[in-house]
Amino acid sequence: MCFGIPGQVVEMTDPDAYLAKVDVNGVERAISVRLLAGSRIDIGDWVLVHVGFAMAKIDEREATATLDAVKRMGRAYTDELDAFRSTGVG
Amino acid sequence: MKFADEFRDPAAARGLVKSITELAGDREYKFMEVCGGHTHTIYRHGLEHLLPPSIELVHGPGCPVCVIPMGRVDDAIWLAGRPDVIFTAFGDLMRVPGSDGSLLEARARGCDVRFVYSPLDALKMAVDNPAKQIVYFAVGFETTAPSTAVTLARARQLGTANFSVFCNHVTIAPPIKAILDSPDLRLSGIIGPGHVSTVVGNRPYRFVPEVYGKPIVVAGFEPIDILQSVYMLLAQLREGRCEVENQYSRVVRDESNPVALELLAEVFELRAHFEWRGLGFISQSALKLNAAYAEFDAELRYSMPGLRVADPKACQCGEVLKGLIKPWECKVFGTACTPETPIGTCMVSPEGACAAYYNFGRLHRQTAALAGQQGAAAHG
Repeated sequence: MCFGIPGQVVEMTDPDAYLAKVDVNGVERAISVRLLAGSRIDIGDWVLVHVGFAMAKIDEREATATLDAVKRMGRAYTDELDAFRSTGVG
Repeated sequence: MKFADEFRDPAAARGLVKSITELAGDREYKFMEVCGGHTHTIYRHGLEHLLPPSIELVHGPGCPVCVIPMGRVDDAIWLAGRPDVIFTAFGDLMRVPGSDGSLLEARARGCDVRFVYSPLDALKMAVDNPAKQIVYFAVGFETTAPSTAVTLARARQLGTANFSVFCNHVTIAPPIKAILDSPDLRLSGIIGPGHVSTVVGNRPYRFVPEVYGKPIVVAGFEPIDILQSVYMLLAQLREGRCEVENQYSRVVRDESNPVALELLAEVFELRAHFEWRGLGFISQSALKLNAAYAEFDAELRYSMPGLRVADPKACQCGEVLKGLIKPWECKVFGTACTPETPIGTCMVSPEGACAAYYNFGRLHRQTAALAGQQGAAAHG
C-alpha cells in the first residue's frame, strides 16, 4: 500500500491531462503526473510511483550523496580496523 | 542508477552495521518505525537480526489497512452487496476480515468486488459502466489521499454521477502522538514515515523532538535506508541532538507538496474523530469528503449499517500495532491466525507486522536461535 516504486519517464503522453508513461522494471504504463504539476518533468527523469501517480522526482545527485555517505561510514570503520591491526605496541 | 539495487548492497550494509554496533555501545535502544512499508523491509531483509541485540525495533501503527476497524470493513462488504454496485479496492484490502468474512469471500458469494491498482482505474470503470454504481474503497495516509482527491476532481469535471468514494483516509501525526503519549512504551527515537513526507514534508514531525524530546529520522524503504536511519538516530542520541532529520533525501524534501495539499483542501475535511483499530478513537485523525464533494460520498449516498464492532477476543492486533507485543507473542499467531485464515488485520496486509513476520521473519529467528545454541555448544 505505501509501496512507492521508482519508474523512469519514457513518454509525455498528454501533458494537458497530466498523463505520462513510465517504465517500472521493464513494464510501461500510463500514470498521472498531476501531483507534480508545479515541477518540470522530462523524459528520462525518475519518479516515485504510488497507486498510479508520480509522487516526487527522484534526485540522482541526492541518491549518489546518500550512497557515498553510507560507504564513507563503512570505510571509516574499516580504515580504523586496518590501522588498529597495524599497531605493534606491547 | 536504478535506485533500488544500490540501496541493497550487502557490503555497504555490513559497514553500516559495524558503525551502528560501535556507536550503540553498552546502552539499550528502542526505535519504532511507524510505516508499514518499513516493517515489511525490516522483516524481509532480516534487519533486526543484523543489528546488535541492544537495539530493538518496535513496529507501529503505520499500516493504513491494519488500522481499519472491523465495523468499517463490514460497511465495505455491505456496500459490495448492494445491487448494481461494483465495489473496487486495493489488493491488500481483499482479505481483511470483517465480522462475517472478507471482501474476497463476499465476491465468492456473488458480490461484484474488483481489484484496482489506482483510484483512476475505479473512475474509468464508472465511465465504462454507466448502468452500474462504482464505489471506491479509499484507504491510506496523506500519501494516497491526494490521488483520491485528483480522481474526485476529475469525476466532478466529467460529471460521473455513478461514482462514489467510501473514505477511510487517515493522517500520520495523530497516531504518532498517540504512541508517544502511551505510558506503556519507552522509545528512544522514531524511524519516520517516508512516502507520506513527499506530500506533507518534514515539518509536521517537529512535535516529536520539540514536545516529546525524541529524535526522528525520515527513512527510505530499502535496507540501506533503514540501517542508515538507525545510525543517524544513534548519532543524534550520542551527540545530544534532538531533531527531525531526512535520510530519504533522494525522494523527500523538507517542504511539502503544495499542489497535493491544495487538492486535499479542495476535496476533504478532517473528521472530528475516527476509530483506529488498537488505538481507539483519535480526534482529527481522518478525512471525509467535504460539502463541495458530498455527492460523491458513499456514506451519504448509502445508508450503511455504521456499527461499531469490537475485535474478536482472541485478536491482539491492538497490542501489536502499539508495539507492546511482537507478532509471535500473540496467542493466536501462526495457529488460528495465518495469512490464509487471518483473524486480524496485522496478518492480512503485506505490511502488517504479523504478515511480514510470518512470511519473512520466522526462519531468521529460528536460524538466529539455532546459531545461538551452536555458539553456546562450541563454548560450553
